[in-house]
Amino acid sequence: MATIYTSGEQVEVYRFSIRATILIPLIAVFLQAFLPLRFSFFTIFDLPLLVTIGFATARRNPLAGLVTGGLIGILQDSLTHQPIGLYGISKTVVGFSASSLGIKIDVENPGTRFLLTILFYVVHEVVYFVIARGLVGLHMQWSWLHEIGSGAANAVLGILVYALLDRVKQRT
Amino acid sequence: MDVLGRYRNLIVLVGVLFAQVLGLAVQVKRPTDSGSTHLIRIWAVGAVTPLEKALVWAQTSTHNLWHNYLYLRGVRAENRALKQEIERMRLEEARMTQDADQAHRLQALLAFKEQFISQTLPAQVIGSTGSEMSRSVYIDKGAHDGIKRDMAVITKDGIVGKVLYVYPSTSLVLLIDDQTSGVGAILEKQRLQGILRGTPSGEVVLEKVMSDETVPVGEEVLTSGGDGIFPKGLPVGKVTRISPGSELFLNIRVWPAVNLSHLEEVLVVTKIDERQTQPDQTGPVRAVDILAERLPTVPPKPENAADVAGKNPIAPAGGSANAAAPKSTSPNAASPIAEGKPKPASGAATADTKPKPSPGAASGSVPSPGVPKATNPATGTANHAPHTVPPAAQAKPNPTAGVASTGVPKTGQAKTVGAPSPAAPVVKKNVPAGTFSAGVSPAGTSAASVQAGRSPASTQPPGAAKKPAPKPVSPAVPPKPQPAVQDPPQ
Repeated sequence: MATIYTSGEQVEVYRFSIRATILIPLIAVFLQAFLPLRFSFFTIFDLPLLVTIGFATARRNPLAGLVTGGLIGILQDSLTHQPIGLYGISKTVVGFSASSLGIKIDVENPGTRFLLTILFYVVHEVVYFVIARGLVGLHMQWSWLHEIGSGAANAVLGILVYALLDRVKQRT
Repeated sequence: MDVLGRYRNLIVLVGVLFAQVLGLAVQVKRPTDSGSTHLIRIWAVGAVTPLEKALVWAQTSTHNLWHNYLYLRGVRAENRALKQEIERMRLEEARMTQDADQAHRLQALLAFKEQFISQTLPAQVIGSTGSEMSRSVYIDKGAHDGIKRDMAVITKDGIVGKVLYVYPSTSLVLLIDDQTSGVGAILEKQRLQGILRGTPSGEVVLEKVMSDETVPVGEEVLTSGGDGIFPKGLPVGKVTRISPGSELFLNIRVWPAVNLSHLEEVLVVTKIDERQTQPDQTGPVRAVDILAERLPTVPPKPENAADVAGKNPIAPAGGSANAAAPKSTSPNAASPIAEGKPKPASGAATADTKPKPSPGAASGSVPSPGVPKATNPATGTANHAPHTVPPAAQAKPNPTAGVASTGVPKTGQAKTVGAPSPAAPVVKKNVPAGTFSAGVSPAGTSAASVQAGRSPASTQPPGAAKKPAPKPVSPAVPPKPQPAVQDPPQ
């Protein structure tokens, strides 16, 4: 199904229905807000980020990726008490990067997805850290161990999320 | 043009990022509650929270159906009611403890004001922000329910946080472990004040305590009331670790009293009353007074009744104690109000707790001016009015008030005394028979004074009340004035 190491013209590009485009991010944000109440460990996961990466790599369109990431991030920001834009900027960067990378490499292999998710999770956290500390003035703590561990946990969950997204994506 | 087309994606990315950074800068520059982002937040919350509410409702309904009807019908509901009662009483206890401590420390400050939680609204936690950087939760009550910004949120165990954003049907509660929160706190025993803050890692620390102070591990931390949000004296947590902090301050780690990661139901403090604390004028409470509060209604007797009894060994032992007893010559015996003690309602089920402004008969039927009415003539029960009578009025004997008991009633008679009252079994339970039969309390006070303050009408059997009383006995020793005790604030 996947086209490996191909030029941009040969890469499979997918799209999602409008319903899926709206509902899936909403469900992701909802679960991210609801599940930590029952399972406190769930705060280490970032479902909206996984959905952003999933959409971006499937569409392989940087513009669509940054817009999707930006909107999901702003939605996530709106639920917090922090200024709106922290997650928005982080996910905009991730959406753009994931789409751009999706054009160049195979992103449908579970191994690649695992590594990419760790990479993008760390990128997301770095951008968030810089913005939150530099612009908003929040006290932030950085721990590579924590970030890599969380990234790995998100990557495992991401493989499942991407598999679910594969079921609803449509070939163009 | 070709360059623009070539770098179109990058240009758009930079543009989008620039716009967001600009928006962020505007929000940082201005307060977040200015309304610049309120609309976006309302939309987002409106999109997400209905789903959360529905899920929580379904979960709760299923849970309730199983536990209330299928599993143990009725028991759970009763248990819940009892837990709510415990919650209420814990809050009350915390407040009362603080009240007592405060009264001793601030007796001289008549104008001192204190805050009391007078109204709370239960709410259910329906969601979180899902972010480690924003430790907040959503509750299912909002502006429509009377929630306002900066209201305190608590549970039975202690404080949770404060209301930060209010939406029509939901509210965002900032937890105390968020790094942007701040709570005025005080160490329970050391009385050192500080500011409680959250850390980025979710811990709670007490700041601004000088490093030359000694703070023991395990010390309770309470709210100080200095933040204007939380009333004073609510539990915050316990000190778990102390380390040198920045500059001259200690870094005190506090383990929150509430498990903030497993919140389900909370109470929003919707109304706080501010009252002036009355200085405590009672001094130490005697055991006999406590005993007197627990006793059921008994006939009024003067404090020196034992002395009289001692001098009159031929006192009648049979018949009703009241019949043999001269009516009270002591204002202490005249009324529980005169004693100034708050009377538990266990004494008489129909105890009237409302103040009676009109002076009535102190005991028996003879009106006693200046002495608050002790007996509800309609019901024959004691008026447990939260009155404070001046010591002068208490000390003043009422010569017209009946006769005092000169005899030492037998145990059986003592039981009979309380028979008309529903609380009569309490006599048997709480008071050793010897106390009554001996007629003298362990504190050396006569049983009559122990029994003082009880409504005669509620204690006298109808027959006994009609019996002619012997001639009044003049007290050999004038009755001691009883200190006035102010009722605790409700």
